[in-house]
Amino acid sequence: MKYLAEFQNPDLAKGLLDDIRATVTRPWALMEVCGGQTHTIIRHGIDQLLPDEVELIHGPGCPVCVTPLEVIDKALEIASRPEVIFCSFGDMLRVPGTDRDLFRVRGEGGDVRVVYSPLDALEIARENPHREVVFFGIGFETTAPPNAMTVHQARKQNIRNFSMLVSHVRVPPAIEAIMTSADCRVQGFLAAGHVCSVMGTAEYPELAEKFRVPIVVTGFEPLDILEGVRRTVRQLERGEHTVDNAYPRAVRPEGNPAARAMLEDVFEVTDRAWRGIGVIPQSGWRLSDKYRDQDAEHRFDVTGINTCEPSACRSGEVLQGLLKPNECEAFGTTCTPRTPLGATMVSSEGACAAYYLYRRLGTPAANREASPVG
Amino acid sequence: MADTVTNPAASGTATVPGAAPAPDFSNWSCPLPLRDHPRVVMGHGGGGAMSAELVANLFAPAFGGTALAGLGDSATVALGGARLAFSTDSYVVRPLFFPGGGIGDLAVNGTVNDLAMSGARAAYLSCGFILEEGVEMAVVGRIAETMGAAARAAGVEIVTGDTKVVESGRGDGVYVNTAGIGLVPAGVDIRPQRAAPGDVVIVSGEIGLHGVAIMSVREGLEFGARVESDCAALGGLVEAMLAVTQDIHVLRDPTRGGLGAAVNEIASAAGVGVALRERAIPVPDQVASACAILGLDPMYVANEGKLVAFVPRDQADAVLAAMHAHPLGARAAVIGECVDDHHGMVVARTAFGGTRVVDLPLGEQLPRIC
Amino acid sequence: MTRILERDGTRMAVMDFGGVEKDVCLEYLPDLRVDEYAIVHVGFALQRLDEESARKTLGLFEELGLLQEEFGDPWEAAAASGPALEWAAADAAAGAASAAATASAEADR
Repeated sequence: MKYLAEFQNPDLAKGLLDDIRATVTRPWALMEVCGGQTHTIIRHGIDQLLPDEVELIHGPGCPVCVTPLEVIDKALEIASRPEVIFCSFGDMLRVPGTDRDLFRVRGEGGDVRVVYSPLDALEIARENPHREVVFFGIGFETTAPPNAMTVHQARKQNIRNFSMLVSHVRVPPAIEAIMTSADCRVQGFLAAGHVCSVMGTAEYPELAEKFRVPIVVTGFEPLDILEGVRRTVRQLERGEHTVDNAYPRAVRPEGNPAARAMLEDVFEVTDRAWRGIGVIPQSGWRLSDKYRDQDAEHRFDVTGINTCEPSACRSGEVLQGLLKPNECEAFGTTCTPRTPLGATMVSSEGACAAYYLYRRLGTPAANREASPVG
Repeated sequence: MADTVTNPAASGTATVPGAAPAPDFSNWSCPLPLRDHPRVVMGHGGGGAMSAELVANLFAPAFGGTALAGLGDSATVALGGARLAFSTDSYVVRPLFFPGGGIGDLAVNGTVNDLAMSGARAAYLSCGFILEEGVEMAVVGRIAETMGAAARAAGVEIVTGDTKVVESGRGDGVYVNTAGIGLVPAGVDIRPQRAAPGDVVIVSGEIGLHGVAIMSVREGLEFGARVESDCAALGGLVEAMLAVTQDIHVLRDPTRGGLGAAVNEIASAAGVGVALRERAIPVPDQVASACAILGLDPMYVANEGKLVAFVPRDQADAVLAAMHAHPLGARAAVIGECVDDHHGMVVARTAFGGTRVVDLPLGEQLPRIC
Repeated sequence: MTRILERDGTRMAVMDFGGVEKDVCLEYLPDLRVDEYAIVHVGFALQRLDEESARKTLGLFEELGLLQEEFGDPWEAAAASGPALEWAAADAAAGAASAAATASAEADR
């Protein structure tokens, strides 16, 4: 694929890596914010190529993993109803609620379908006028505009049997929460490129200034990650803390104004719980009053479901690089990839899940074990 | 075929040793296999860890016997002085016809291939149809035609069968089961447990084609692509490889769960490590693109006309040359080796020079969004 | 982008992702033209891909590569310090896929 394969070219990594090595003089802890970036890092072993001084802390940016237990339980309840066709992105099906997951609901007779796009769910609603079609609207600022457009289109096309269970999250409040937590070790951020493709970069200078951290807008291909690391390290070594765009081919300062306008119309900012972390003020979106009748929480009256996160889970500390996964009492005992307690064990890229996998690896594990959380 | 298959354990010459333990319903040997799921979920049929646990913890203990414990693509049993490979497989593919094939050729080639993975040339097949009331006869006819054609191409005869009809709404149109038997040549002993450090790992061609072809026409995921299933019978290719050396250690057709699951099963069965070179694994551009869009890993996408072979190092060049000379092995490539390290695990060296663990997928692979 | 179409009053396009075609919603990028590239996420074009920027970035990477050649091969250094496995032969060229969630779309002529 043009403009994709070029940024996966291992031959061009040499120059970037060498420049990082030549620049770095002392240890730095960087956090990549987005789960997609974490995936690239693990998938290509990027972290193993970096000099020892550069530590990558995997951030809370996997929307599937951070969706709070309470919302999952609501989804399970709605999906179990006989009149409902429950549509979701695929990787949400395996995320456990309190006592089961969407796969289990399907096994028990629920009509749970995997879709590629929220518009596919709208199409299913059009084709099944006598069923209630619910789409599980999760994700960061990248997925929010597609979901907002789908809700808007349902309204415009008068498709009344379509509603959305919304649990959207926003990146800037998460950065703020991480930086204000006690003992935070993060010294620089690789910001999520596609979030900025939509939102632009205007939200970040204030954060960079307030916490004196470099924030480098970074893409998702292996070379993009290395370039993001290179530019962050360069700033840190120079004592700078500005917002830098290392992904200019996809990010303009103003983002996508049409998408932002739609977000303003369809959603409103709300406090949101993050699985394993807790409530972060102003960190989420829910449907605005205007679209309240398309809110599945209200349509199916599940607002009464209140689930507390398991107290044994310390993924919040792991996410901030304060705790190694195997220092948690639940690690490998009550908390495993098949029975995860928190965000970091749910996704295969989560720090705890990666740790669980790699500790089984012989010699390379010694190096590898140090990498996810330091 | 007039022969009846007797209990292989009773014949006393089954090739796979070890007695199956009595089932213990209060204390499964594997962590959280079934207690975890009081009902069957799709993952139990996904060819990953959940499928394996279902067989190991529920079926194998209940059935007893020794040949099953081998857990290969087919069992090797002794009968009347001959060694037979014996295998069965059910086909529940949706849609029934897809680019490059359909459920009919799949049902024939799949079982032929399972037998070939023991080194056997398939001789006879049975077939069982479960038809849903209301299915057009033309559809059944087309499936039968493609089965006949596939059987003739593979040099195998369909000799017995069965048909059942279920009420409308209680089936998915057509399900097909086939079982097959074939003779294992004397001196050939191909099974997962024989993988040994030093073995070279070869894949017979480009991976991911079948899975991507199916996904391209599956409801909800449709996309336009000129990708056809690689559905093919591998008996001829295996014969060409055995003509070079009988000492091929392992053969596996990486169907559900893809190359990643197949190599993991071998590593686990033999207690060896496998080190793959990611850059050497042939992935067609369109498979890579489709996987990028859907958030899938080609390593776990299904194939229906490919095999992965573990071959002693000193035979690898000759076997590879023989594969290249066969139309179904023209793109065969050495993709890694078997090592005496990280036992039971598969590790890949990435194109960037890092390493990653290629884990056994849990159940079916899910499109990911983040 | 290959072609533009309208469905249920929504502006859509057929986009080519390296030989794989998929329908994409253009409502957020209504002025995208045939033969242009876009960042696509879950069936929506979210931002036009700026080819000039892409070329510049790649040019920078290449320049860095040329500079470092004077300082020897970093792969040897990486192999010495990293957990990379031992490999006798150079890797054969074959594409390994990325599973990035978004993709730049390529126009099909």
